[in-house]
Amino acid sequence: MNFKHKYVFLFPGLFVLIGILIFPIIFTIRLSLSGWNSYTPEMNFIGITNYIRLFTDDPRFWESFFRLSFLSVTTVILQYIIGFALALIVWREIKFKRFFRVIFLIPMMTTPVIMTVIWRTFFHESLGPVNDLLGNLGVEPILWLSDPVIAKFTVIIVEVWQWTPFMFLLLLAGLLSLPKEPFLAAAIDGASPFRKFVYVTFPLMAPISIGAIIIRLIEASKIMDTVFVLTSGGPGTATETSSFYIYIKGLREFQMGYAATLSFTYLVIMIISLTIIAKVLTKLMIKE
Amino acid sequence: MEKLYKFLKYTFIILWTVFIVAPFLWAISTSFKDFQSVNSKVTYIPWLDFEPTLEGWRVLVKSPARGGVDIVEPYFNSLFVTCTASLISIVLGTLAAYALSRFTFKAGFVRNNDITFFFISQRIMPPIVLSIPFFIFLSTIGLLDSLIGLVVVYIVLLMPIAVWIMVDFFNRVPKELDETALIDGCNPYQAFYKVVLPNSIPGLIVAGMFCIIFGWIDFFFAFILTFTEVQLLPVKVVALNSSITPWWSLSASALISVAPLIIVAFVVERYLSKGNLSGALK
Repeated sequence: MNFKHKYVFLFPGLFVLIGILIFPIIFTIRLSLSGWNSYTPEMNFIGITNYIRLFTDDPRFWESFFRLSFLSVTTVILQYIIGFALALIVWREIKFKRFFRVIFLIPMMTTPVIMTVIWRTFFHESLGPVNDLLGNLGVEPILWLSDPVIAKFTVIIVEVWQWTPFMFLLLLAGLLSLPKEPFLAAAIDGASPFRKFVYVTFPLMAPISIGAIIIRLIEASKIMDTVFVLTSGGPGTATETSSFYIYIKGLREFQMGYAATLSFTYLVIMIISLTIIAKVLTKLMIKE
Repeated sequence: MEKLYKFLKYTFIILWTVFIVAPFLWAISTSFKDFQSVNSKVTYIPWLDFEPTLEGWRVLVKSPARGGVDIVEPYFNSLFVTCTASLISIVLGTLAAYALSRFTFKAGFVRNNDITFFFISQRIMPPIVLSIPFFIFLSTIGLLDSLIGLVVVYIVLLMPIAVWIMVDFFNRVPKELDETALIDGCNPYQAFYKVVLPNSIPGLIVAGMFCIIFGWIDFFFAFILTFTEVQLLPVKVVALNSSITPWWSLSASALISVAPLIIVAFVVERYLSKGNLSGALK
């Protein structure tokens, strides 16, 4: 095919994306080398002072980063297990199959922040239904939003509610696209459902699972909306994630230069760790 | 054994269904409450537990001057930004995806897969990393707090999704299709437009739905890049949350904001059951 045509197809999209992104990225790097804050809102050059501050004198950032890792890994594991179980159940014929499929999809169509507004009233410690119902069973009121440990689990519950459907959708679409022959062969051999899952379904689903987990990890690493509305990072800094901390530094305290340093470092860490996770998962799940 | 398995299966999906539906039921119930039935003790069922009122819903149609919540304008703003950005992303993303699926590109060490990865990897970018430079960038060119500015930002959010879904989809559309068209005398653009595109409707619908979902549910960019002139729906509802808005009108506005996309769940399910989605999402 003619040589030139392919560029006509590719370039509009590529250049629009690069055009929109190139400025922010270069600007972030440059900004991270400046001391832009509300007192001196200008692009001066202070070298790597900000980076030195980040690596020697900012435990709060690293704490927020580990918290984020904990929250996103936990939610994605839960989403994968639950989503896979749900997908396996409605993959085969069951009663009201289509009804369940629609119900299982609904949360991902709803706006996370708006649903979190509702979750906040749901977990309200004195006027919410959860503590009231538990109270009827004789359970002491649980501090869903104001206990540093429990608040993390409240965030996890909301995240699992919100995003398990996405995992479910990807895995069900994968299950529906699997070839029929291996299952027929397993049925002829008289394999039990458990063995069928371990030796046929799961290996066939491995590539799709890896894709789904990586996509969800990418999205989960951006947890921000839920935390912002549900707990505002509190109590104290108990549910503060990296994005939220950068937001506080940059757009509340207006330490733009330092926030840019945090952003850039965070981005580099994310890209490296996601690449490593992708490699490790591929090794673990696909046995050559 | 068989019976136990069946019992566990149904228990699990019924419990999960209850979990999914619970916040909606609670919000529906709350939206019909008044001060007394929210603040005295926790109430659930209208007429039985409390006397339902329409106060929460009435606030939505009142003018803001008379204590109402103006939700119509944010609604249309959200609709406009989501649809425009989705449309642009789909058009550009589909073209790029077609190129990446059909032609080979070589530039130094960069191959097709690397370009595809570049598109998709934009999703890794945390919104906060982009929002600070965008904040300064848009305020320099005077597009802060405007719909156009938001559309530009949303393209970054949505084009990766369009490319991701469409590359996989085009890889499944047989190459012979375009080759036959070329032999029949079409030029490459006609082959794409007249032959490949009509055969890619399911992929386009799936990509479109995903763009609309991820555009509609975004909060963070809208929150940082707009203030008073332009408000999008999620920002509006969250603003209600932090002010002294009572729970009943909060629930009513939340419900009305999430309602339209629930229809999308039915569309997705339909495509899933017909088997069209399996090809598009992998």
